Amino acid sequence: MKTPWRTFFRQNRGRMIAAVALVLFVAYAYNRNAQITEAVLASSLRQSIPLILGALCGLIGERSGIINIGIEGQMLMAAFVSFLVNVKTGSLILATIAGVLMGALMGWALAFMSVTLRIDQIIGGTVLNMIAFGLTGYFYQVGLATKGKFQPIAIPLLSKIPIIGPVFFQNPPLTYLTLVLIFVVHFFLYYTRWGLRTRAVGEHPRAADTLGIDVYRMRYMNVTLAGMLAGLAGAYLTLEAVGSFERMMTNGRGFVALAVMIFGKWDPLSAWGAALLFGFATALQTQLQFMGALQIPHQFIGMLPYLLTIIVLAGVGGRTRPPAAVGQPYVKE
Amino acid sequence: MRSVLLSLTAIALALFIGALILLASGVSPLVAYGALLKGAFGDAQALQRTLEKATPLVFSGLAVAFAFKASLFNIGAQGQLLLGAIIAAAVGFGVEGLPPYIHAPLALLAGATAGALFAAIPGVLKVYTGAHEVITTIMLNYIAINLTDYLADGPWKDRSPMNIVARTPAILESARLPTWGPIPSGFVISVILAGVIYWLLWKTTFGFEIRTVGQNRHAARYAGISVAKVMIATMVISGLLAGLGGAVETQGVVGRYQPGFNVGLGFEGITIALLAKTHPFGVVPAALLVGAMKAGSSQMQFAADVAKEIIDVIQALMLFFISAEFLLRRMLRMKEEAGEEKLVLSTGWGSGD
Repeated sequence: MKTPWRTFFRQNRGRMIAAVALVLFVAYAYNRNAQITEAVLASSLRQSIPLILGALCGLIGERSGIINIGIEGQMLMAAFVSFLVNVKTGSLILATIAGVLMGALMGWALAFMSVTLRIDQIIGGTVLNMIAFGLTGYFYQVGLATKGKFQPIAIPLLSKIPIIGPVFFQNPPLTYLTLVLIFVVHFFLYYTRWGLRTRAVGEHPRAADTLGIDVYRMRYMNVTLAGMLAGLAGAYLTLEAVGSFERMMTNGRGFVALAVMIFGKWDPLSAWGAALLFGFATALQTQLQFMGALQIPHQFIGMLPYLLTIIVLAGVGGRTRPPAAVGQPYVKE
Repeated sequence: MRSVLLSLTAIALALFIGALILLASGVSPLVAYGALLKGAFGDAQALQRTLEKATPLVFSGLAVAFAFKASLFNIGAQGQLLLGAIIAAAVGFGVEGLPPYIHAPLALLAGATAGALFAAIPGVLKVYTGAHEVITTIMLNYIAINLTDYLADGPWKDRSPMNIVARTPAILESARLPTWGPIPSGFVISVILAGVIYWLLWKTTFGFEIRTVGQNRHAARYAGISVAKVMIATMVISGLLAGLGGAVETQGVVGRYQPGFNVGLGFEGITIALLAKTHPFGVVPAALLVGAMKAGSSQMQFAADVAKEIIDVIQALMLFFISAEFLLRRMLRMKEEAGEEKLVLSTGWGSGD
């Protein structure tokens, strides 16, 4: 007789093995050098934040049938607006809100291009990216400086737990917000009417339309809301991670986020795992470089996240299934 | 003819919005655009600068447009161009004792080959693993930047005592491409290649196969065309064009490889290919337009105190308007013609199809 447990183990064999291996590895590393282990893990989480936010943005869009390769541009514009607002007002909160709104505006623009104008979605995203590169380059002035950045807040009690405490519970506010948002998106996607409709619109818009769901409205709303997440990623880069703005500072994270989304099979929690993996690769690479353990030119180490993206895409490509209607403009009858 | 009208309208709208942005930043658009024109066509020197700027853009525009014909989006023209540029430089300074009529073509060939090989990677990955070329080519761009930075700052660095920056030594005189009056020979090569690409696409069986794959992959497969072979070959030729663009830039203009000197050329190829409606003959005037903007931007910065980046904004707007055909057609009250080829890039996203 099959018990539910047995089915669970069978279905998640790969993940279970990975989880056990991860715990053993962390325990071993912690035993060897507690300080470095904590530092690398904390850095993995920090590196994963913009990636998971970008991936969630892409995921909500694709679940409703819109490919978004403009995440890079959304992040960059949001990072820039956050920077400007912080420079002008000195407020971190206002700057974050401005970044989030900018992300939403860019998301709306993508929806407008792909739903109303029916521009090929990949070209639409490219337009967003190029507009972001152009505008941030044009309006950026050297010499402006931000007024402070978000500081870590230790959560009482929880932050005292070894390993888990310093990694998860001694972070600045946007990191906490992101961690909460992952579960919020997961919940909304699978347990609410909105989520069901979103998935319906992404899988079979015609059927959804027949049932009275407004496909255009769903797509507009979702891509705009999702843009807020990319906007938050931009705000995070300026206000929490770096504390400043540089031209092209997103450095391809918006595209890596898409690989994270695909690797995570368009599922929020799996995507988080994928984002942590990418974050870990980056953190490990930085640490190795810092310790001088690798006699490899820094350019080769710098290639690692991009190589990993290609390998992951090549590895999972063809074995994953994107939402069925992704990329196709919907035309009402 | 109608598609020319569409492109012209898109350009006009982009320039108009660009003028609004200039007004908003307190600059007279007339002064700025006037300076731009003067800097691009004012005298023989300006004209030569425009042609020099346009040359690599014809190549990258052709590269992107060619891949579009098979519904492949080669955003990686940038990376292929960088590799072409540095490999041509390496052959240009590293191989000695050859006469110019052998050395220069050899360096061009080496650059083209480097671009072709680099572009084969996303082609092979797409065919055999289903990894979408949009992401893989963008990732390869970053890898190419790192790789060329390493080479220019490591094994191939200019070791002359005066030099402190990352760059290769200057190429030998025998590897340089000549300039005839104000016309760089590289530009002539690029125009000839536009003709060759036209011939390849519309006068050969292979071109027919490419266009069939681009229009309908399933129908192509059903008709007995090896879609895998066609897609890889298309990427290779596209990369060859981009690599050649980099080589021509090294041998005709820069004279060595220096990181940061070729930034953006590959991306501008996307705008150019779309402005040209993916037609090889449209690529040349589109590249001239963007080349003129780049050539005149310094003059504009000097005379009207406008940051050069405004031309990036205008280019992005051009890209937007040219892609928004639906909008343009409404504005011009133009109906869609029957049998028009449509550009669809989003098939096969994320899956192996």
